[in-house]
Amino acid sequence: MATQTTDLTPAPGPAVLIEEIRVAVPERGLRHDLRAVIIIWRRELIRFRTDRLRAITALVQPVLFLFVLGTGLSALAGRSLPPGVDFKTFIYPGVLAMSVLFTAIFSAASIVWDREFGFLREILVAPVGRASIVIGKCLGGATIATFQGVIFLVLAGLAHVPYNPLLILTLIGELLLLSFTLTAFGVMMAARIKQFQAFMALTQMLVMPLFFLSGALYPLNGLPTWLTVLTRIDPLTYVVGPMRQAVFTHLSLPAAVDAKLAPAISWGGWQVPLWLSLGIVAVMGLGMMSVAIAEFRKTE
Amino acid sequence: MAANTGTQPGAAASGRVSSPLAAPGGNGQRATGNGRQPVISVSGLTKRYGEVEAVRGIDFEVARGETFGFLGPNGAGKTTTIKILCTLANATDGTAQVAGHDTATERDAVRRNIGLVFQDTTLDTYLTAEQNLRFHAELYGVPKPAVQPRMRQVMDMVGLWDRKDSLVSTFSGGMQRRLEIARGLLHAPHVLFLDEPTVGLDPQTRSSIWKYINDLKQREDITIFLTTHYMDEAENCDRIAIIDHGKIVAIDTPEALKASVGKDRVQIHTADDPAAIAALASTFGIEAAVREGAVTFSVSSGEQFVPRLFSEFSVPIRSVSVSRPSLDDVFMSYTGSTIRDAEASGTDAMRQMVQRFRGRR
Repeated sequence: MATQTTDLTPAPGPAVLIEEIRVAVPERGLRHDLRAVIIIWRRELIRFRTDRLRAITALVQPVLFLFVLGTGLSALAGRSLPPGVDFKTFIYPGVLAMSVLFTAIFSAASIVWDREFGFLREILVAPVGRASIVIGKCLGGATIATFQGVIFLVLAGLAHVPYNPLLILTLIGELLLLSFTLTAFGVMMAARIKQFQAFMALTQMLVMPLFFLSGALYPLNGLPTWLTVLTRIDPLTYVVGPMRQAVFTHLSLPAAVDAKLAPAISWGGWQVPLWLSLGIVAVMGLGMMSVAIAEFRKTE
Repeated sequence: MAANTGTQPGAAASGRVSSPLAAPGGNGQRATGNGRQPVISVSGLTKRYGEVEAVRGIDFEVARGETFGFLGPNGAGKTTTIKILCTLANATDGTAQVAGHDTATERDAVRRNIGLVFQDTTLDTYLTAEQNLRFHAELYGVPKPAVQPRMRQVMDMVGLWDRKDSLVSTFSGGMQRRLEIARGLLHAPHVLFLDEPTVGLDPQTRSSIWKYINDLKQREDITIFLTTHYMDEAENCDRIAIIDHGKIVAIDTPEALKASVGKDRVQIHTADDPAAIAALASTFGIEAAVREGAVTFSVSSGEQFVPRLFSEFSVPIRSVSVSRPSLDDVFMSYTGSTIRDAEASGTDAMRQMVQRFRGRR
């Protein structure tokens, strides 16, 4: 006891006074908020880059769907497809959407993770707007999920999807939109759900229906009414549809085939234009992000 | 001077004889107020979590440059108070001002002025030490040209500059805590909050953490607010508030708190004990008796009495030991139990659990 006390007394000798680097934290402003958004975004990128295993494991599921399920089912489904159209080509856009699904949700899950391991506090006590934190997080998740999608885009040729620059750019843009909305959804959930297990269980439970109802694996026309309604409610539908249309317009197939396999989404006969389709997804993303911001503004 | 009084084996607290010596001089400068604006001022602060009243109306002020300690068992309300002061929780009632700003209505202004080191680590262990600090600098809007030199300065201060490119997950617990202290200082806060800064660390690391904190006080114009349930750490504070069951039961300098409990015990070995007892009675008017083979008596501040004893006493003295009431005695006298007993009791364990649940935000 006595020796320990002696240890704890101030170190002997005069303190070495070194030149002080004076720092003054400025008042909050747009530039400061922007720096906060960028650093939170960058942290997502750094973590994605250092976690290569995650990128590889996230690739396994879409590869299974495309090549195993796609090849297996083409024997059956191929009969109803027009000649020259591969079943793998048909499901490629949907599986591409799937490839970003888990990465986007998992990126949002890191908020729950950060909360459990304390890092979230470091962010929450910083003198930055809660909006900057949530926006940075959503953009970060959107970016890495899109990267994940781009990795899968490399395999497009194996599904007979042409490497057309315009097509690739269109698909990347749509992936970015989808990733953003999915991350915003995840962040919104993460603002409320404090346990990691609960978050994963709940999002897994929601993600699979989202995927199956999006028309990723089947065409959206000629379905029973109940399924038609459900597919039109699923926000994923409004990205998978345009992505498939983009792919099919670059396949130089007869217009009749396009209309059969990649029809525009319709609401009771009315065709939803492309801008509205993508607009719905964007507005949902922004809406969920706003809910997340409001959640984070609350204090215990 | 009195440090040379020499000690005998068995003088348990003799190690303390030298350190409190600084107190008489330092006391006046360090005491609260001095007409200066307090950096932290809290009045009527209350926090309820449902049925549990974690903080029950506390008041205190911390002066600029002071090291102020919150001493109490786990679950006494220390962490809750820190969370309110750091804008992480809203008070149910009462107000708190930090660096001149209200913690409820001027959150950002408070956040700009404070640095925090939490009880459990808040580093991103998947990033390097430098990446963690850079993240902090950007989040706090540290002016760009100052980021690099300031990072170097704070990392040098805790001796981690050569490890800046290592992943934090490869750091030991002590290194992580040091890095957190460096990070907490990066934006040059006016107030540094340390919530149990050395909990879970081995004694050697704890003492090195304290060395950094004491160095820091020499270097930067900073006020430190810390919570602890280690008595020996509380000794490092200029003033301590003892908190128990959500209330402050005592608040003063460690010296004054100990003095309030009782007098110091002085033991002297002399050539002629009966003569020494008689001389003590006639010279100083002190009653003494032989205990444990030494002439033993109580005075209110032993370290001031010892020099007088030497200059004015006629009987040759072979050795002197002064033992003071410890903070354990202080805690015991104000709360009726030792800090360890308080932590072991069931109701506090419950409260601690509640805090754990609430503490995740």
